[in-house]
Amino acid sequence: MKAIGKTLLLIGATSDIGRATALVYAEAGWDIHLVGRRRELVQREADDIVTRTAAAVTAHELDILDTGRFEEFLSIVSPLPDTAICVVGELGEQARAERELEHAAMVMRTNFEGPALMLGLLASRFAARGSGTIVGISSVAGDRGRGSNYVYGAAKAGLTAFLSGLRNRLSTAGVRVLTIKPGFVRTRMTDGMKLPPMLTAEPAEVAQRIFAVADGSKGGDVVYVRRIWYPLMAIIRGIPEPIFKRLRL
Amino acid sequence: MIEGWGRYPRHDSEVLDCRLPEALPGTVSSRAGLIARGNGRSYGDAAIGEHLTLTCGALSRMKSFDQVDASLTVEGGVMLSEILRSFIPRGYFPPVVPGTKFVTVGGMIASDVHGKNHHRDGGFGDHVREIKLVIASGEILTCSRTQNSELFFATLGGMGLTGIIAEATFRLRPISTGWIVQKTVVTENLGDTLQALKQTDDATYSVAWIDCLSRGASLGRSLIFVGEHASPSDIAQMPKAALLPPFKAARFSLPVDLPGWALNRTSVSAFNDLYYRAGARKAARVSLVHWDSYFFPLDGLLEWNRLYGKRGFLQHQCVVPDENALAVLSSMLDRFALSGKASFLAVLKRLRGGAGLLSFPAPGYTLALDLPVAPDVFQLLDEIDKLVVAAGGRLYLAKDARQSRHTFEAGYPQLQAFKELRRTTGADRHFSSQLGKRLGI
Ligand SMILES: Cc1cc2nc3c(=O)[nH]c(=O)nc-3n(C[C@H](O)[C@H](O)[C@H](O)COP(=O)(O)OP(=O)(O)OC[C@H]3O[C@@H](n4cnc5c(N)ncnc54)[C@H](O)[C@@H]3O)c2cc1C
Repeated sequence: MKAIGKTLLLIGATSDIGRATALVYAEAGWDIHLVGRRRELVQREADDIVTRTAAAVTAHELDILDTGRFEEFLSIVSPLPDTAICVVGELGEQARAERELEHAAMVMRTNFEGPALMLGLLASRFAARGSGTIVGISSVAGDRGRGSNYVYGAAKAGLTAFLSGLRNRLSTAGVRVLTIKPGFVRTRMTDGMKLPPMLTAEPAEVAQRIFAVADGSKGGDVVYVRRIWYPLMAIIRGIPEPIFKRLRL
Repeated sequence: MIEGWGRYPRHDSEVLDCRLPEALPGTVSSRAGLIARGNGRSYGDAAIGEHLTLTCGALSRMKSFDQVDASLTVEGGVMLSEILRSFIPRGYFPPVVPGTKFVTVGGMIASDVHGKNHHRDGGFGDHVREIKLVIASGEILTCSRTQNSELFFATLGGMGLTGIIAEATFRLRPISTGWIVQKTVVTENLGDTLQALKQTDDATYSVAWIDCLSRGASLGRSLIFVGEHASPSDIAQMPKAALLPPFKAARFSLPVDLPGWALNRTSVSAFNDLYYRAGARKAARVSLVHWDSYFFPLDGLLEWNRLYGKRGFLQHQCVVPDENALAVLSSMLDRFALSGKASFLAVLKRLRGGAGLLSFPAPGYTLALDLPVAPDVFQLLDEIDKLVVAAGGRLYLAKDARQSRHTFEAGYPQLQAFKELRRTTGADRHFSSQLGKRLGI
């Protein structure tokens, strides 16, 4: 493999999108730090990528809810990566989140608090260096709250706003901040759901789009993986609230 | 409802995805009547559990590659296509590949698959060094030629009936290009074909496409494709060709089931005729073929099994020993041709002995052909099976959907040892497929 001396930090490595993304970078010759909640599972992904691509891959254990460990964790990841991608997410169950505070809090913290704090820390380090790319995975569910999944949606909306602010703050500091909204993706998270084929991407497709936008030749700050989401979400955002509140979406 | 690649038969079976290797022991030990399923490329009912079908596609991680001896360790659900994707660009090729790359390593071991090089290099099982097998108790056993060797040889070709292959180590072969130098030998009748195939025993790859609708003097006329891995100097004449080309993603997918009458005697025999003539024009000329088109010509058309319509199709693959091959194969071919049922995918190749207790390969000639499912086909095949049994041959379990217990028992002399091993490892109480039930394994 061509070693190109660039490093990716990928948080959420055992998710389907995380795994696919790490593989795309490894195939392009990047060195990779994989981060996930359970060491054995992260190691399994690391071994897989090393075997497939002969890239340099290290495995790290970190829980995105364990915010108290973030500073210490980043101090041991060296060198500071060129690109950091956080794909951590948890759909949770809306009905359960309506009844159990703990479940709702877990969904909010996993989709917003953890990723935002982590990417915020990284962004500051990148800014101090004067270069780097930050990629957050948000969701179309954050574009407008819906009765069927607003706890998750609200957390993603928070992340979208956070990334937008980060981008605004660092636009002159040499740091790029990207927001990726995958739409429906065929993964463990959506297993068993009926997904509309036109709107549903494969993890590998998401991975390639992330790479193309973050480190390839394609531009854009806020990216829907399938283009059809742009007009679709424009319409959904444009529906006046008095009407929207009666729709069952 | 779940079915194999031939879409016949269909059975009710609970389907459970095995997400993580660590979940295997618990699932296996707590359930009865389950079978592992790879990518469902076996034609009949081998990968359909009696009660539970455990899909292993998520066990898709590679573990390590040892450059020194080119040995690769992977989980059982890793697809052959993924191995090709990663390792051809690095100059390695699997030791044995079947006619499609959309199969898992577990499926290849459980069927001890053969390739176009069986006569020289044996089956996939011959190149497996070690497996990690989840047995009935949930225990994970390392099996090899020296460790738990009885279980090892029962698992090669054992159709998943000894346990679940969680991991396997096997060797890849170094290649210097991803191209095959192909020579076509044209034969005019079965006698010629068998003779010519035998003469290609030294070649690395050889396989005959046989025109199974021609009769009389041209019964058994064939095109024999002989192949060797090309050297860099062979492809120097192709200016822009990459030495180690990756595969292109499949181009077409058949969007609908074809109606049952689309493949009839006239259309197929016209196809066969054209194909034979086109091949004959290339006779003796040497051509360079991309590895993907040489080994996996059918993969370019995804879901081609829909060609045969909703009723599905059967593949009949037998092997018969050398001694009476000419006589037996000619009467078989004559029956097929007479019935007009056989299709354009008919191949003939040489095999040597297989590695496992239930491995299909045996020294001799193997004939494989497809037939659309129809009421009278079953009787035709029962009659053909009588010829196979009388010749001392057997049928391939990975392709089978209908053979009788009698045919099966006559063809597999090590069956008792296999059953005994199932008893002693408790496999008989946990692992059970529709195929196993049908054949009393
Ligand atoms: C177009 C085409 C061409 C083919 N050409 C050839 C050929 O040239 N030579 C040849 O030998 N075969 C050939 N085959 C047959 C094919 O190679 C076998 O059926 C193969 O086993 C399919 O692999 P799979 O992963 O899809 O397994 P499945 O069909 O899902 O399963 C096949 C068997 O393997 C078992 N199995 C699967 N995974 C595991 C596991 N992890 N642990 C234990 N048991 C497991 C199943 O229980 C079942 O008995 C061909 C098939 C097709 C469709």
